[in-house]
Amino acid sequence: MSGAGQALGSLNGLDGLGRADAPALRVDPRAMIVTTFLFIAVVSSFDKYDLLGLLPLVLYPVSLMALGRVSFRRIARRLLVASPFAVMIGIFNPVFDGRIIAELGPLAVSGGWISFASILVKFLLTVSAALLLVEICGFDAVCFGLGKMGVPRVLVSQLLFLKRYIHVAADEAARMVRAHALRSFRRRGMSFRVFGSLCGQLLLRSLDRAQRIYNAMISRGFSGRIHLLRERSVRGGDILFASLWIGFFLLVRLYNIPLWIGTLVLGSLA
Amino acid sequence: MHMADALISPAVGGTMWAVTAGLTAYSAKKIGADLNERIVPLMGVLGAFVFAAQMINFTIPATGSSGHLGGGMILAMLLGPHAAFLTMASVLAVQALFFADGGLLALGCNIFNLGFFPCFVAYPFLCRRIVGANPSAGRILAGAMLSSIVALQLGAFAVVLETVASGISELPFTTFALLMQPIHLAIGVVEGLVTAAVITFVWSARPEVLHVAPGREAGRLPMKKVLVGLVAIAVLTGGVLSWFASTHPDGLEWSMLRTAGTEELSGHGSAAHAALAGIQEKIALLPDYGFRATPGGSGAGSREGESWPDINAGRSVAGIVGGGLTLLLAGVVGIVLRRAGQAGRSRPTPER
Repeated sequence: MSGAGQALGSLNGLDGLGRADAPALRVDPRAMIVTTFLFIAVVSSFDKYDLLGLLPLVLYPVSLMALGRVSFRRIARRLLVASPFAVMIGIFNPVFDGRIIAELGPLAVSGGWISFASILVKFLLTVSAALLLVEICGFDAVCFGLGKMGVPRVLVSQLLFLKRYIHVAADEAARMVRAHALRSFRRRGMSFRVFGSLCGQLLLRSLDRAQRIYNAMISRGFSGRIHLLRERSVRGGDILFASLWIGFFLLVRLYNIPLWIGTLVLGSLA
Repeated sequence: MHMADALISPAVGGTMWAVTAGLTAYSAKKIGADLNERIVPLMGVLGAFVFAAQMINFTIPATGSSGHLGGGMILAMLLGPHAAFLTMASVLAVQALFFADGGLLALGCNIFNLGFFPCFVAYPFLCRRIVGANPSAGRILAGAMLSSIVALQLGAFAVVLETVASGISELPFTTFALLMQPIHLAIGVVEGLVTAAVITFVWSARPEVLHVAPGREAGRLPMKKVLVGLVAIAVLTGGVLSWFASTHPDGLEWSMLRTAGTEELSGHGSAAHAALAGIQEKIALLPDYGFRATPGGSGAGSREGESWPDINAGRSVAGIVGGGLTLLLAGVVGIVLRRAGQAGRSRPTPER
């Protein structure tokens, strides 16, 4: 199987944990959404040279992975795939910023390398936070939370539909690609002309499917709104969860904790 | 190309979020007013189609490399601007949440760069005008090609502006622009060819599904010109302001946004606006710059960012030791939490 098959494989089990009846970490999606957004805002507000001050924030994704029982490998695999843009743009920082701003004995470190490293750390933190939001709450619950927070109903329905049909359409595409590969002998890749009609065919099938879905939904009383089974309300625990984390973010933002620890340790050694 | 959270500042990210939220509320309202619920499953399936189509690669003639579909233009030609914009927004949100493409803070930027330009600029002003009331294969090709190129050029330029305004990448404006625009010219040509190929196929097989099909009244601009102007001004001012006025990040752009926001958001959209406003206020409390002057931490040692330029080897060592210990501590907390969780449960749930 080609890239299509692999892509399909990575689509499977997107949010299995959140859908479980007994999630490892029970947090209301709204509390989780707010915490995630504030986390990302705090991370991106750090100065580009402030690599050190960022580090304590690693605690957030690490604890969520532990509490939510999300395996490290699962997140890391997707982080690796997504990293190119941040790396490609960041790698220019050492080129353009050669000012020496730190010295380690004989080793001089330029500002560009520090800011490049902080871009990488920021990338890891923000993207893993976004992935963990869905891993822990589950996509449906996140959509429900967004709806409760005032996101237009059409967009919430659209998100739920999209997630539901990604697999179906991807399956269809993978079958078509496989059929083409089996009939095209040793010729590698797909010519542009074939691609056009293949994609068009896929589109027509998708449109037919949309029509069937629409008919099926109308016959079941659909009136433009998707109802979700799991209604929930914000509890004290959710507020506590969010406020503890937000307090931690603010603390880290205001004080350079690693520098403080380092000075303390070196001071006691001396 | 997707913007990444790591490359943008909260001011830029928040500005683009507010603009995108306004566009989303506007599009949702238009869909609610213009169309029936028939569009909802259609949007969902077409969003999934874009994902699926992205999995199919084709060889680009004479280069040996391969390309795939981007999707914005095709959605606009099939669904019309408003539904296409929402579909694109949902596609990008799913990419950010599941595939780590871009990020949540950058999502506003990404929806704007990849959704606004094809749906609200290239489609109504170019594609629809060119394809017109009686489409032909040639017109579809010309319309799709030109509008794809324009949409991608504008999107790429927006990426450059957003990145430079954030000030995290060291790439100078001209270098970055010279890097991005030619690459996206090539991508635009490919995207235009793909879009034209697919749309031509659909047009010959089933013309009635196209939004650009004959029979629909042409010339009616789906988007009010006033709104386009307003949003454009908001974006430009937002970008420029956060660039120059970084010492006062919350004042001007914030009020400017509010004016733009209230223009677009009326009625049921106000809750979304309020929620975003809350988040934005939080972001505005923590700008890059605000805390610089604040003496924080231990005694003489203020923040690393400002004191680094005067080189101090001792401080560097303390920084590295402290940084290493912090990471170690975070790791230990993680392991302890995981162990505690596993010990606390008799029936372990399968890990993934």
